[in-house]
Amino acid sequence: MDDGYLAQFSSLFSQFDVLGAFGTNLALTFFAAIGSLAIGTVLAVMRISPVPSLRWAGGTYVTFLRNTPLTIIIVFCALGLWGQLGITLSSDFQTNFFRLAVLGLAVYHAAFVCEALRSGVNTVPVGQAEAARAIGLGFGQSARLVILPQAFRGAVAPLGNVLIALIKNSTVAAAASVPETSGLMRTMIENRPDVILAIFATFALGYVVVVVPVGLATTALSRRLSVAR
Amino acid sequence: MVEPAPAVGTPVAPRPEPGTAGRGGAHEPLVVMSGVQKHFGALHVLRDIDLSIGRGEVVVLIGPSGSGKSTLCRTINRLETIDSGTITIDGVPLPAEGRALARLRADVGMVFQSFNLFAHKTVLDNVTLGPVKAKGVKPAAAKARALELLDRVGVANQAQKLPAQLSGGQQQRVAIARALAMDPKVMLFDEPTSALDPEMINEVLDVMTSLAREGMTMLVVTHEMGFARRAAHRVVFMDGGQVVEQAEPEAFFTSPRSDRARDFLSKILSH
Repeated sequence: MDDGYLAQFSSLFSQFDVLGAFGTNLALTFFAAIGSLAIGTVLAVMRISPVPSLRWAGGTYVTFLRNTPLTIIIVFCALGLWGQLGITLSSDFQTNFFRLAVLGLAVYHAAFVCEALRSGVNTVPVGQAEAARAIGLGFGQSARLVILPQAFRGAVAPLGNVLIALIKNSTVAAAASVPETSGLMRTMIENRPDVILAIFATFALGYVVVVVPVGLATTALSRRLSVAR
Repeated sequence: MVEPAPAVGTPVAPRPEPGTAGRGGAHEPLVVMSGVQKHFGALHVLRDIDLSIGRGEVVVLIGPSGSGKSTLCRTINRLETIDSGTITIDGVPLPAEGRALARLRADVGMVFQSFNLFAHKTVLDNVTLGPVKAKGVKPAAAKARALELLDRVGVANQAQKLPAQLSGGQQQRVAIARALAMDPKVMLFDEPTSALDPEMINEVLDVMTSLAREGMTMLVVTHEMGFARRAAHRVVFMDGGQVVEQAEPEAFFTSPRSDRARDFLSKILSH
């Protein structure tokens, strides 16, 4: 690599807003993570509930969403919900697509959050639920006060894996025309074929820098939060 | 750890008068099971159980493993469902599910073999959770009562610890306090000392014995024959899912009527 290549490479950053694109992915991840955690928790409660129809509904949701490619879900949100059904989540064109993408990411990853939580529920001994029932707590109270708090703590590592997948999957939002990293990378490659490898390396390294701390944090958290038995 | 453990081997107070001649004469029935049947798949675990526990009565349920005694105990607060028959508590049939069942369970204390303290909550929170959430007791009142109960079972100085930081005997005493905090009408003990190291068994049995003396209605599944002799009004012997024999402790241990009870006692009392 000579000075010329380096100079050409660094000019990329003045020409394109790489950091801004990563910011968009992080924003997508942030909102989708909150959404998927909320939906996934509800799904997990449905799947462990004593009501057969709720269990069935939760199971069906997971089976459908988990086995559908994310690209199809995101495209459906953009072209199906907005294009065909005319559903808008914001009057601003850009914001609308951003929110549709968040919706798609959230409903998709909710299925994985649900399964991660269920694996957490399996770390809670059956006796905990029996003891909760024995002191007169109903199903909802047992779930909220006894089972889920322990299940979350037992599911930190698998939930971390879902978060890592979500960060990387947020690039699929390009399918809903959200200006994020993978879209920007394509534009950059089209405009600057002279530094293609450096462009790839930039984005790859960027994701490693974002994702590695998440992995380390979840490992540390899962140790710290684990329930002593 | 310095701790005011309940005295072991307390001088034997006058033994409660056993059997039908117990306190208040004939016990007014509190828990009544009649014609109870239950299967686990092809296995017939409870065969036509008729059993009644009087108010203030202490019944010890013994029998070989697999005889159905734990299952019987667990049907009384419907941790196990039954196939047919009826169970009533204080005249009220056991509700099948929902709020009514939760309310009934609040009246039935249960102590498990493996303690089952809520692992993510402190000892104090374990004891206050039920009263606050299931009965709507004010947190301050529940806390005061919990500390009183923890003191009574000798673990008040552990109130802020997590269950995993306590010994098995201490955990089981907390579990008893947790059940008592609900002011139950009846206490069920499902092999409460079977998971304990030998040196911790007595501290739990002493708490149970004093409860029995105070007139708590109790059904105790146990292998502790000393406790049965000391505290029970009646011993019920089960085998093969049936109640084979029941008698007051002295009569049962000295002259069992059935062959199966004789056989069982010879195996556990000979060593």
